[in-house]
Amino acid sequence: MTRRQKWTLLRIVLAALLCAGAWVSPLEGGWRLAAFAASYLLAGWDVLYGAMRNLAHGQLFDERFLMSVATLGALWLGEFAEAAGVMIFYQVGEWFQGVAVSRSRRSIAALMDIRPDYAVVVRQGQEERVSPEEVAVGEEILVRPGEKIPLDGEILHGSTSVNTAALTGESLPVDLGEGDRVVSGSVNLTGVIRVRTLSAYAQSTVARILELVESASEKKARVESFITRFARVYTPFVVSCAIVLALFGPLVLGQPWAVWVERALIFLMVSCPCALVVSVPLSFFGGIGGASRRGILIKGASDLEALCGVRVMVFDKTGTLTQGVFSVNAIHPSRLSQAELMDIAAAAESRSSHPVAESIVAAHGGHIDPSRIGEVSEAAGLGVTAVIDGQTYAVGNGKLMDRVGAPWHDCHLAGTVVHIARGAEYLGHIVINDRLKDGAAGAMARLKALGVERIVMLTGDDERVAGAVAQSLGLDEYRARLLPGDKVSAVEEWIGKGGKVAFVGDGINDAPVLSRADVGIAMGAAGSDAAIESADIVLMDDNLAKLPLAVSLCRRTLRIVRQNIVFALGVKAVILALSAAGLTHMWIAIFGDVGVMILAILNAMRAMLPLREA
Amino acid sequence: MKKVLRLTELDCAHCAQKMEDGIRALPGVQSATVNFFSQRLTLEADDEAFDQVLRQAAKVIRRIEPGCRVEG
Repeated sequence: MTRRQKWTLLRIVLAALLCAGAWVSPLEGGWRLAAFAASYLLAGWDVLYGAMRNLAHGQLFDERFLMSVATLGALWLGEFAEAAGVMIFYQVGEWFQGVAVSRSRRSIAALMDIRPDYAVVVRQGQEERVSPEEVAVGEEILVRPGEKIPLDGEILHGSTSVNTAALTGESLPVDLGEGDRVVSGSVNLTGVIRVRTLSAYAQSTVARILELVESASEKKARVESFITRFARVYTPFVVSCAIVLALFGPLVLGQPWAVWVERALIFLMVSCPCALVVSVPLSFFGGIGGASRRGILIKGASDLEALCGVRVMVFDKTGTLTQGVFSVNAIHPSRLSQAELMDIAAAAESRSSHPVAESIVAAHGGHIDPSRIGEVSEAAGLGVTAVIDGQTYAVGNGKLMDRVGAPWHDCHLAGTVVHIARGAEYLGHIVINDRLKDGAAGAMARLKALGVERIVMLTGDDERVAGAVAQSLGLDEYRARLLPGDKVSAVEEWIGKGGKVAFVGDGINDAPVLSRADVGIAMGAAGSDAAIESADIVLMDDNLAKLPLAVSLCRRTLRIVRQNIVFALGVKAVILALSAAGLTHMWIAIFGDVGVMILAILNAMRAMLPLREA
Repeated sequence: MKKVLRLTELDCAHCAQKMEDGIRALPGVQSATVNFFSQRLTLEADDEAFDQVLRQAAKVIRRIEPGCRVEG
């Protein structure tokens, strides 16, 4: 609570005590009225003052002005207790709203507690404690255990484990050593490290995330714009109704003024659309803040809304559904032993930097004596030919085998098949696969359960590899042998066919698709600027389970928004109808109106709570 | 030119909306958002008129919520 909020609370309590005291006291006549008037002024002097000031500025539909008219009207009717009570309730509502909003604002700031306060920079051998903004690219900084890593960089010296939970929602620490990249905003846990900075603070991961979350509520959702438009017409509408009502009874029906004026005053009391105007953006703000804590960054309320309506989800294969790291899946020698075949393949491929070659060398694991290897020549798109221990080996695809005249045969397993021949003698083959991500199948099943109708995979790989992946994940459809440009047109096929289309990629090379899809989702983006720029939703790590979680979080937020709209409008409509018919009283009207606002705000604050995971 | 400015003591969501409408209507403004929760005004206006527009915007803000101030 701020100072001002404390004072307001004190004022409200005193006014309420005074009002209650006057109510129960044996005071009569003038004294009793004076007590109510004092209570009224104590509670509402600032409302009256604000109303006058805004009236001078021509703000006719200002809520303070309307509340002043309503309560002054009640005084005029001689309903002193009511006037004081209405003012007190109104102030309670305003106070609660102020406290709730500043509290959520603070707790979201706390959720996003990743802003580093300082950096220890080493300049001319001296440690200096400066603000992260003052550190230039390429400087050396020192991070001790327990400190936040202030800037993105590369470890020069030392090793440690790092907690990236605040960025990715992943609580398992990551072990890092010399040469590894560290991401700003993560917490150094165990060792002292010296880091060479790779970005200035403004371009660092932590600054980008904060910028993104803080500006998220500027992209408004459709329901939000609806509420804005609604709020613009609601107040003038209700006020006009009040005027008509005040004149209708006495002039048309010839009934007493007091009865109808009182009904009209009730209209003025509920003429503020506050419950909606505050609770709807608050829900989105909370939902986006809560998701960011789980490593799910949503760029705007409109994106949150769009994700709820996704019917088709299109995935990129490599790096998104699969790990993007090749590994040896099977070794099928026709002659020799498995180990011998691997040994030859690894020696032949040891000088190549192709991912397939690297995976074979990595799978071999042992020492490869460079003196055994003679001349090596690489034929692009085919493989390599190498002289090993004086004999010529060909290691590559079927076309290479045809060229050396080796009688090769295909493998029954899907994947990239590397054949090996000695001269024209076929020795066997090695099957290399890109492995599926852990939990990929489970995540797909959860998305289906959440109502995603079609899950589609796009890949540049061949038909068999794509088919095998699609089948093991239970996907509805796949498109193989696509060039990067084809992905955009593939996504466009589904756009506009009812429901939103999401594209999920790792952000590398797929920026055009990310921006073309209704919802572009980039995964594993903790370092990639391009992905953060072009995506609508950014998953900080590459855990596929975050996807169904993101959908659930967004749906809950939208559900809360809808509940609040229906509830707040419903209660207001009932109050208006009852008071037009003269079936209610000022007490009930103001109680209902403030009550609905408080409940709507409490409901909205629910959006930032963690979701119970199934 | 686009600039993000902090607002202090912006206490009413409805007022934030009115400020936004008011600032958008000013001549020279390309876009304006008043974000109640992050208490920020994002103002995009023609370069040469920016300071002028900003002064006008501050006036609009003061008129709607007198306690509210724009910080650089």
